[in-house]
Amino acid sequence: MPTATFRVWRGSAGEGKFVDYTIDTAPGMVVLDAVRRIQADQANDLALRWNCKAGKCGSCSAEVNGMPKLMCMTRLSQLPIEQPVTVEPMKAFPHVKDLITDVSWNYEVKKRIKKFKPRAPDADDGTWRMKQEDIDRVQEFRKCIECYLCQDVCHVLREHDMHQQFIGPRFLVYVAALEMNPLDTEDRLEELRDTMGVGFCNITKCCTKVCPESITITDNAIIPLKERVVGKFYDPVARLVQLFRRGKSGAA
Amino acid sequence: MPDYQTFEHDVLVIGAGGAGLRAAIEASAAGVSVGLVCKSLLGKAHTVMAEGGIAAALANVDERDNWKVHFADTMRGGQYVNNWRMAELHAKEAPARVRELEAWGAVFDRTADGKILQRNFGGHRYPRLAHVGDRTGLEMIRTLQDHGIHQGIDVHMECTVLTLLKDGDQVTGAFAYDRERGRFRLFKAKAIVLATGGIGRAFRITSNSWEYTGDGHALAYHAGAELIDMEFVQFHPTGMVWPPSVRGILVTEGVRGEGGVLLNSMRKRFMFDDIPDNYKTQTADSEEEGWRYCQGDKSSRRPPELLTRDHVARCIVREVKEGRGSPHGGVYLDISWIRQRLKNSEEHIKRKLPSMYHQFKQLADIDITQQPMEVGPTTHYVMGGIRVDADTQMSAVPGLFAAGECAAGINGANRLGGNSLSDLLVFGKRAGEYAAKFARDHGAGAINSTQIEEAARRALEPFERSDGTQGEGPYKIQLELQEMMQELVGIVRREDEMQRALEGIGRLWQLAASVAVIGNREYNPGWHTALDLSNLLTVSEAVTRSAIERKESRGAQFRDDYRSKSDEFGKINIAVRKNADGSMRVLRESIPEMPVELKQVIQEMG
Repeated sequence: MPTATFRVWRGSAGEGKFVDYTIDTAPGMVVLDAVRRIQADQANDLALRWNCKAGKCGSCSAEVNGMPKLMCMTRLSQLPIEQPVTVEPMKAFPHVKDLITDVSWNYEVKKRIKKFKPRAPDADDGTWRMKQEDIDRVQEFRKCIECYLCQDVCHVLREHDMHQQFIGPRFLVYVAALEMNPLDTEDRLEELRDTMGVGFCNITKCCTKVCPESITITDNAIIPLKERVVGKFYDPVARLVQLFRRGKSGAA
Repeated sequence: MPDYQTFEHDVLVIGAGGAGLRAAIEASAAGVSVGLVCKSLLGKAHTVMAEGGIAAALANVDERDNWKVHFADTMRGGQYVNNWRMAELHAKEAPARVRELEAWGAVFDRTADGKILQRNFGGHRYPRLAHVGDRTGLEMIRTLQDHGIHQGIDVHMECTVLTLLKDGDQVTGAFAYDRERGRFRLFKAKAIVLATGGIGRAFRITSNSWEYTGDGHALAYHAGAELIDMEFVQFHPTGMVWPPSVRGILVTEGVRGEGGVLLNSMRKRFMFDDIPDNYKTQTADSEEEGWRYCQGDKSSRRPPELLTRDHVARCIVREVKEGRGSPHGGVYLDISWIRQRLKNSEEHIKRKLPSMYHQFKQLADIDITQQPMEVGPTTHYVMGGIRVDADTQMSAVPGLFAAGECAAGINGANRLGGNSLSDLLVFGKRAGEYAAKFARDHGAGAINSTQIEEAARRALEPFERSDGTQGEGPYKIQLELQEMMQELVGIVRREDEMQRALEGIGRLWQLAASVAVIGNREYNPGWHTALDLSNLLTVSEAVTRSAIERKESRGAQFRDDYRSKSDEFGKINIAVRKNADGSMRVLRESIPEMPVELKQVIQEMG
């Protein structure tokens, strides 16, 4: 097997430089294998996150040749390894060390979103009944492994640094999974418009392109959420219908 | 005194997978303050990788199922050295724990009448695993995480515990470091729950991530608790074998539950060749009957591919050893054959096993809807662990609780697939409940500063050897241990080989005592690996000594020099305890007699 050179970002808190490491490759190798081999043989203190090594935990997010990727699912055979392969940390979050970024903002955002609130159970034994076709969409969203690559690539966060005004694609998908859950009774539309900033997304679909779980983030989650917000707050016909409905239920 | 930050909680939970999260939720719901320590980021623990499902006798798919069948299946799978009280509680309480997950937002696959769908799995008589495709663990950990973050739990991410602190007998806290800055942390607590998972990193081929270095096992052992059943290490029959970089990654048993078959190089379904006596009446006679079972025919019996994991793993090893393996030293697992039976097989496989499809396509260039996979055993789970009281989950150390993989008892000599996720929920809840109660009933003990100084000094020592002129690197020592354990204390064991392993462990203890790390304390994985070494060595020694002591073959332990089961060993658990001089003592402890009611249940179930 040929050798390959990896140009890995080394340094702390934004200060740093690329360092080249050359290793022997092996069949089927992924970028995570290469970086871990460098760590074991040449740079014991090289900082990176990984856990499952199978695309299920979303820990090893990085930018490989400038593309947001899970290192564990990026085969060397998909890369031009005759040239050095660059491996850098994600850019939308504060840098900590080497390939590690501070992703704590994501955890704070999630905590602000109103939790799941189910309707009363359908059966006496406290259980619910749902049709599979009514939950297919929600299950698509719940495939999310929280790798935050969609957050990393979203220009609202990455270029415009609007972390205070916009929760990013990951959490719009999270809200969509809650809003479209047939059991959920909570209403999150007002926050979606205000503090979550759904309007800032201008549907460039970069998030959908990088999603390792192939969740159709923009079409299936964000656009329907935008429509719901418009329907509730801006559409005159919808507002009239809502008023009418409210009047009717009030009278009943 | 070393520099450290101090945190105070009534209950400290160490480990944030399924068991730890469930314990933290329960303790905090009981009104005490809770700290939750995660070795990685929250939501990334090994539970996320569980694929097949959560075993619970909900009887949604087959109305004949109930706790008694589940209990009997679990005891049979564990070859009757299980803690029967834990197996009973588990079977009775699992259904409520699964329903509770749904109330917290989990979205399980559905039956035609809208209930939680259940699937077939090895060793379970009826379809029993509540699931979401083949990503059930993700659904479970995310549900617990998203519920837990609204409970007022203080989460300490990327933080590793170095030692437990005691005041007399009672546990009073834990001393830890944070990965990001490498600063020390003191956690004061009235009760501690260990939920640190397994020991898979003691072996070279494993489905476990870097985290699974037996931390909870070792912390408890050094604090005076007892470890039992450590000889029982589960080698999951189906890990990936090719290409080399993916060796060991798990291939869910769900593939076989959906009709996947195991074939040798002559394309023969070899699992029909060797069916253990105690499973003969439950196993299909023909390929036809096996397929009907996978299609939900209630009058059919399960195919031999769904025998227990210990047995399937050994059959695979036999085929490979006798020259009937696949090109890369495994056997074939084929689900694509079902296209002969199902019109839309391709779509069916992708819907039922989406992450397997994805995993093989991306990592091995195999389309599992068209081609067989190559699979072989991988170190997956440890049945052994901290001995706990069945009802409260408290260890022999007052105030120290354990739940999930790091605790022992429920699984006996072999765990059934799907019983782990339910174990995490049932006993995670119980540990949280009783830890909260303990915290309320007991005051905070004193913190021993000598213990802290000692732990800090030991943790920083490897930096003093960083000039490179002395001391071995941590990764090298770890790899040497893994290769040795794989080779000498693996699926097939012999006393002489295990004695060599003990000598090797002794030598590696010496190397570990002079391990050298480069760099500084800031997010330094080399340092973290060095600090994990002593835990790995402790559990490796426990596994090896226990395996030597059990002079028989039972469940996951297969002794080439004692190939059959012995009645004498069927009545005992092997335990290890730390002697005053620091050496490891091995004990044989008799299993308490099973109450008549439970014996009757087992008899009724045939």
